[in-house]
Amino acid sequence: MATPSKLTLFLSSWPTRLALAMVALVVVMAVFAPWLSTQDPMFLDPAVRLKGPSPDHLLGTDAFGRDLYSRIIYGSRVSLMVGAGVLAISIAFGVVLGALAGYFRGLDSIIMRIMDGIMAIPAVLLAIALVAVSGSSLYTVIIAIAVPEIPRVTRLVRSIMLSVRGEPYVEAAITLGTPPAKVLLRHMLPNTVAPLIVQGTYIFASAVLIEAILSFLGAGIPPEVPSWGNIIADGRSYFQLIPGLVLYPGIVLSLTILTINMIGDAARDALDPKLAARN
Amino acid sequence: MNSTTNNADVVLSVRDLCVETVSKSDPKPILKSVSFDVYASETLCIVGESGSGKSVTAFAIMGLLPPDALRITGGTISLNNKNLADSSYGEILALRATTMSMVFQEPMTALNPVQRVGEQIDEVIRIHRNMPAAQRKQMVLKMLGEVDLPDPPRIYESYPHELSGGQRQRIVIAIALILEPKLLIADEPTTALDVTTQKQILHLMKQLQKLHGTSVIFITHDFGVVAEIADRILVMRNGMKVEEGTRTQILRAPVDAYTKELISSVPSIHPPEAKHAKREPVLAVRNLSKTYGRKPLFGKARGVAALSDINLDVHKDEVVGIVGESGSGKSTLARCVIGLAAGWEGDILLGSRPLEPHSRDRPQDIKKRIQIVFQDPYRSLNPRRRIAASLMEGLVNFGMPAKQALEKVADVLSIVGLDASVLDRYPHQFSGGQRQRLCLARAIVMEPEILIADEAVSALDVTVQGQVLELLADIKRRTQVAILFITHDLRVAAQISDKIIVMQKGRIVEQGTPQEVISAPREAYTKELINSAPGSNWDFKHFREFVPSPA
Repeated sequence: MATPSKLTLFLSSWPTRLALAMVALVVVMAVFAPWLSTQDPMFLDPAVRLKGPSPDHLLGTDAFGRDLYSRIIYGSRVSLMVGAGVLAISIAFGVVLGALAGYFRGLDSIIMRIMDGIMAIPAVLLAIALVAVSGSSLYTVIIAIAVPEIPRVTRLVRSIMLSVRGEPYVEAAITLGTPPAKVLLRHMLPNTVAPLIVQGTYIFASAVLIEAILSFLGAGIPPEVPSWGNIIADGRSYFQLIPGLVLYPGIVLSLTILTINMIGDAARDALDPKLAARN
Repeated sequence: MNSTTNNADVVLSVRDLCVETVSKSDPKPILKSVSFDVYASETLCIVGESGSGKSVTAFAIMGLLPPDALRITGGTISLNNKNLADSSYGEILALRATTMSMVFQEPMTALNPVQRVGEQIDEVIRIHRNMPAAQRKQMVLKMLGEVDLPDPPRIYESYPHELSGGQRQRIVIAIALILEPKLLIADEPTTALDVTTQKQILHLMKQLQKLHGTSVIFITHDFGVVAEIADRILVMRNGMKVEEGTRTQILRAPVDAYTKELISSVPSIHPPEAKHAKREPVLAVRNLSKTYGRKPLFGKARGVAALSDINLDVHKDEVVGIVGESGSGKSTLARCVIGLAAGWEGDILLGSRPLEPHSRDRPQDIKKRIQIVFQDPYRSLNPRRRIAASLMEGLVNFGMPAKQALEKVADVLSIVGLDASVLDRYPHQFSGGQRQRLCLARAIVMEPEILIADEAVSALDVTVQGQVLELLADIKRRTQVAILFITHDLRVAAQISDKIIVMQKGRIVEQGTPQEVISAPREAYTKELINSAPGSNWDFKHFREFVPSPA
């Protein structure tokens, strides 16, 4: 049976391609921010406060006379770093904890009860508390957002481990004298890759969103740093006067999250044949 | 079971039926011009191996082909002179349950788990007949009695999970027959059931067929069942009709070479002559007991005895067949021996050395001496790894250099009838039979003293099953390995075993040579098991019935 490869399946629909293009655009924004921006995003110019779009300031300026366009461009750096950082931390911890819980019965209840404890605290609240305790910086924000995500990954990995450990090929490996660590790495963990790719995109999107929420609430990235949440928070007071201050960063934020989630859905359809067949 | 072929009363007539996969570029034919008739109140058995198109035929008749995958591309299906192949969806819907019905293989999933079974039968009447509720209930209760369920009013109120597999299949049959359809299609309806239950269900279907004059298309892969119930037989292969005829024609004098192979592959329940004397014991099980379900968080510990007081010996170069129905503990026994089920009491001695309960506590050289082949060849090989890596894994674990291990694997492959070119491929590129050969190779490359085959041929087609059984016998001859052969199929056990152990509810009921156990069973349960084996009076290999033995 010649089935199309997972990659072709993934790329087969035009909304997915569009979403990929949008995400690529954000990545380009972040990488080439110094060249794409027209001004230093931190540069204060009291002479041009709260001005509308002009050739000098493509999207206008904010209450301190900073160039909105440049700030949005630089904001993508923060968002992507938060997304990637949260993804890396939550996957790293989640996979290790989930694999341990799923493979060693004795550790299972201990690890999972701790995870249940973390999940019982609202994610944003926990993040605010963590930022309050350790001060506001990009790294605290990343850790603060990553901690509540860890239980989700742990649960996912554990459930896959539990279902895979009864597979005859895993049992066969055990009877062939394969040491537990190798059974885990070689026969069991590869089964988690596809679901983790899918889950990873959702974690990425939600991290970007939560960072914006925290920054908007003033509990996130230091206020002078251009992050999309900070920009929206700054613009809030002048929203009626110049809607663009909230609107433009809001649109970019929403589109980024929407497209990342779309990619996640497409990845799930391509990687999980059971779910795809149901559609 | 008198011949009904002379009866000109045709209920269903299939002519040149073609089914293809739905594909713009490359549609593949699934059914190639299949034609047959079903006469009034007869049983037509459609027999074939997996991929023969027997189920697709049934689904095409019922209008159940998945529209995005398969479609009818030619031919006619006339039910009561109405062509179903070009009927609308609504027309077919009206015919289902009223004129034609279907019974599926898996009674566990054929019923809605959240609805009382009485209501599920009632639903059929409600949809197709305009009838007051009280009268409907009367009808359902009568039907429940007809399918021999005890206490119909209680069963009416039951949920599916409260019923056994056999009882559920009776409900499914009740749903299918409540509106007295002309045609009943049964797709492997007893395959998922134990033999004793299977016998009851087959008997019930026969009885109801007589009562209602229903025509039955019975789809099965099991020639034992065919020998029991068929009036006529249709043999299919690769989407084509191979041969069609009355039961006696096909079973006694098949014309086509494939039919001959198919029938003669069915192992006989009567064991071959006894072979050899005792050899040194390699495995001894002493007073083995295991209880499932330990210490729940709340409440009293409720244990289910999976094994109680098992004693057995396995000798070098001996095949010990362990036979039992589901829940008999036969697989648990295998898992205890191999070390995949900890928490048992008693002793398992390898030679004279007692084994640790759990595999991980056993020294490597002990693990090496016991190997296992599982039932499901599709899940026994890691789909992500090349065959070479899977087959070498054990040897490399025991410290053999990869190069040497690869050479040894290549040698063993020739024993299982595969050549070294398979090493670079992935499991999905092989058929079930080939995969089972690979699993066998993986086990015997370790040169074990004991090979456990846990239902190792149960998932295979009968011709492939025959080949794998021969291979097992060949391996035993070459390597003198002792084989613990676990199966639910008495015929297979009779053919391959030197000793048969019959298990029921975690206990050994009877053990002895196949001659003793099968030809002269002492225990009532063994007798029941043998009597329930379908077609046990039929000598498939020689296309004849057994002469009743004086014993």
